[in-house]
Amino acid sequence: MQKTSREGATVRAGARAALPLAPGPVLFGLAFGVLGEAAGLGAAAATVMSATTFAGSAQFAAASVLESGGTVLAAVVSAVLLNARYAAMSVAVASIFAGGRLRRFAEAQLIVDESWALAGRSGRFERPLLLGAGLLLYALWVGSTALGALAGEAVGDPEALGLDAAFAALFLALARPYLGGRRALVAAAAAGAIVLALLPLAPPGVPLVAAAAACLLGARR
Amino acid sequence: MSSGWLAVILVGAATVSLKAAGPVFLGRRPLPPALEGAVALVAPVMLVALVVSQTVGGEGRLVLDERIPGVAAAALVIWRGAPVAAAMAVAALVTALLRLAG
Repeated sequence: MQKTSREGATVRAGARAALPLAPGPVLFGLAFGVLGEAAGLGAAAATVMSATTFAGSAQFAAASVLESGGTVLAAVVSAVLLNARYAAMSVAVASIFAGGRLRRFAEAQLIVDESWALAGRSGRFERPLLLGAGLLLYALWVGSTALGALAGEAVGDPEALGLDAAFAALFLALARPYLGGRRALVAAAAAGAIVLALLPLAPPGVPLVAAAAACLLGARR
Repeated sequence: MSSGWLAVILVGAATVSLKAAGPVFLGRRPLPPALEGAVALVAPVMLVALVVSQTVGGEGRLVLDERIPGVAAAALVIWRGAPVAAAMAVAALVTALLRLAG
């Protein structure tokens, strides 16, 4: 990691810092393109979603609900719940953005888990790092989604390839870093139990939305 | 408009607003602490809910099939520190082979 003075941290340094993370968005982008295709989104809609939403887990959640026959409402609610953290994360970095409303609005779109984490690596958030990392990750994410969606049309039956199980594994791997503390484990177990109980009873997608109630275990009374 | 495009537009609009919430709408006010605790649990809760529904979900019912050993194998390699792509490959391979054999 090269030394950059706080003022000297450039956008380019942010992109360089994000470079070791590149395989992530590339592989997930390809995978999202393939799943989007399987969910009936089509290449264009899958790519537009990556360009506008730019948040992997929420996009996978929405596509997964649609793919299992869930309603648009269930897909949207589960995706929005997963992205609720961005409200908290964007509040945390609000003070580093400068300029007019429109500019702050546009730059804030580059907030994603990885760029946000990298921007704060020195113990205080730095805007050029966030922008540089965000721009690189954005380009990789959108580009690989388009490739994956086009390849997905050629993949054939996703179930014969075990892709449905692969997406469960993806969600589990994404959940792993959060499952350290007891509180998170308890809430996650409660969420899993809610889904199991509701799967045979409720329409597709609804169990996911109901599982969000487990988050209330974290609200302080 | 297809339901896919509708979902894409609604999720996109919501996410764009959430990301802009701090820099544009809220300024420097922090979230209330009670809400912060709940927000911190959203990721593990929703992701584990997705694991379960993606592993045993069917069209409105429980389906116990070849996905379960596939995801169990992936869990094993994830907890041994394997990268995400390797975990996905293990799950797909185990499930696909069992389906081929079944």
